[in-house]
Amino acid sequence: MTRFSAWNVFWNGVTGQKGWSRQWRDPEPKPRYDVVIIGGGLHGLATAYYLAKNHGIRNIAVLEKGWIGGGNAGRNTTIVRSNYTQPGNREFYENSLNLWEELSHELNYNVMFSQRSHITLLHSPGAVDATARNYNTMRLTGNADVEIWSLEQLQEAVPHLNYGADARFPIMGAAVHKRAGTARHDAVIWGYARAADQLGVDIIQNCEVTAILRDGDKVTAIETSRGKITTDKVGLAVAGNSSRLWNMAGMRHLPIESHKLQAFVSEPLKPLLDQVVVFGMGGAHFYISQSDKGGMVFGGDLDWYKSYAQKGNLPIVQDVAEAAMSVMPCLGRVRLLRHWSGVVDMSMDGSHFICKTPVDNLYLNAGWNYGGFKATPASGTYFADLIANDRPDKVIANHDLKRFERGLQLDERGAGPDPKLHG
Amino acid sequence: MIRIPCPFCGTRDHSEFAYGGDGAIIYPDLDAPMQDWHDAVFQRENICGRQVETWQHVNGCRMWLLVERDTMTHEIYSVRPAHPDMAQALEVTA
Ligand SMILES: Cc1cc2nc3c(=O)[nH]c(=O)nc-3n(C[C@H](O)[C@H](O)[C@H](O)COP(=O)(O)OP(=O)(O)OC[C@H]3O[C@@H](n4cnc5c(N)ncnc54)[C@H](O)[C@@H]3O)c2cc1C
Ligand SMILES: [Zn+2]
Repeated sequence: MTRFSAWNVFWNGVTGQKGWSRQWRDPEPKPRYDVVIIGGGLHGLATAYYLAKNHGIRNIAVLEKGWIGGGNAGRNTTIVRSNYTQPGNREFYENSLNLWEELSHELNYNVMFSQRSHITLLHSPGAVDATARNYNTMRLTGNADVEIWSLEQLQEAVPHLNYGADARFPIMGAAVHKRAGTARHDAVIWGYARAADQLGVDIIQNCEVTAILRDGDKVTAIETSRGKITTDKVGLAVAGNSSRLWNMAGMRHLPIESHKLQAFVSEPLKPLLDQVVVFGMGGAHFYISQSDKGGMVFGGDLDWYKSYAQKGNLPIVQDVAEAAMSVMPCLGRVRLLRHWSGVVDMSMDGSHFICKTPVDNLYLNAGWNYGGFKATPASGTYFADLIANDRPDKVIANHDLKRFERGLQLDERGAGPDPKLHG
Repeated sequence: MIRIPCPFCGTRDHSEFAYGGDGAIIYPDLDAPMQDWHDAVFQRENICGRQVETWQHVNGCRMWLLVERDTMTHEIYSVRPAHPDMAQALEVTA
């Protein structure tokens, strides 16, 4: 496989782009693997990559029922940030952001990570105080690039918001996380796939897992649409479908509900917005950024009712359009290009699970709510470490299924045990 | 739009309703063991397919309802008041 380099790009430019090879193989599934990862999204592919790279395990398969990146990996709005306050979460996301900063080099693939900053609009003195408390917590615990901006600072940096006196929620200032930004989701998927494949990982698409066979407390084999596969260890990384795979493994309950989240992209525009802007006020929620192609990428709340269908409903389209108009009225005549939805596993406290399960050789990676894109490099690193060494790193010690039994909830929002309220 | 036939108000758009959650959960007695409470509050079957769930008709009669719905196709099979006595009263008058 050809490595990407300035020289190769130049050379192929002058020789008709004939020197490139396939990015990853399309192997037939083997009858046995040391580790099988179910789910070819970001977390599954990243896990396979770090298992091979950090732990020297090479006989690995990633099984994907459709095509890699066809799930939430290819449906998200690509925001990467680390402004979390709960112990465990803040170390996890800070480590993840550090890995993002090196990811293009690590994978020899340009993931177009752009640290354009993440700006949360503040509309009341109460919101300013609450943010000051949270951001001070972050600054004291190692995430030093968060700050609060006055209205003047904000106006200068982001001129096209609704600063009018007649705004429904006048803006008072903003919470700013400067190292945050966006990346190109497809590139992250392909970059991990290519790098994992190069280390010998078999990426098997169109391979749906239909049954997980057990002998007592051990998984022995996996039935798939492309035959039976035996394996020593199994990692689940199926995002919104976690409960269905959990059932296949013979277990019934998880602290998770599957909901759907919609997102939108407009026709391409000239440069208009150079940051990620987030608006949240009472019942309304809206976030927006501009892709490198120029499309305005935005979204809002969940559809509010549980759903396994990758298809959104109209009331949210209306809510998001209303919020867009109240925050950036200049978008009023911009045409929508596409609009889609993904099934996300909303957890009881809004935080994820990377943990062992009641089945000895079955490991769980789930509960990413709608924040799992940013988690990708850390999720893969810690999940691979868990699978290889059969014990959690101390950073993810509380990201287990038993935390609620211990009276612990990693609830960033303080929303309580209702999955649809976390985001 | 999902259309929900409210037993009190007739068929209405789902945007008039607020989603509650899993309607099959039976909350234990106040002095029940901690594990029972843990399971009721935190554990979900998260069914893909036909499930019973709670919805409140907030912009209508404000009644809590038990709705039997397919979480994949969104087809609704039945709607009844969540309060058992109310459900029974409706059956008697029907
Ligand atoms: C609209 C939207 C916007 C979002 N925005 C952001 C954001 O801005 N920032 C952020 O950090 N996060 C965001 N997220 C969340 C993020 O996309 C997810 O948390 C993350 O992608 C989940 O991990 P994944 O990539 O591994 O999941 P997926 O890509 O969904 O991977 C799971 C894979 O498992 C496969 N699978 C399922 N069942 C089986 C089976 N039986 N056999 C084989 N394979 C199976 C699926 O086909 C799928 O490809 C957003 C999500 C959505 C839906
Ligand atoms: Zn009603």
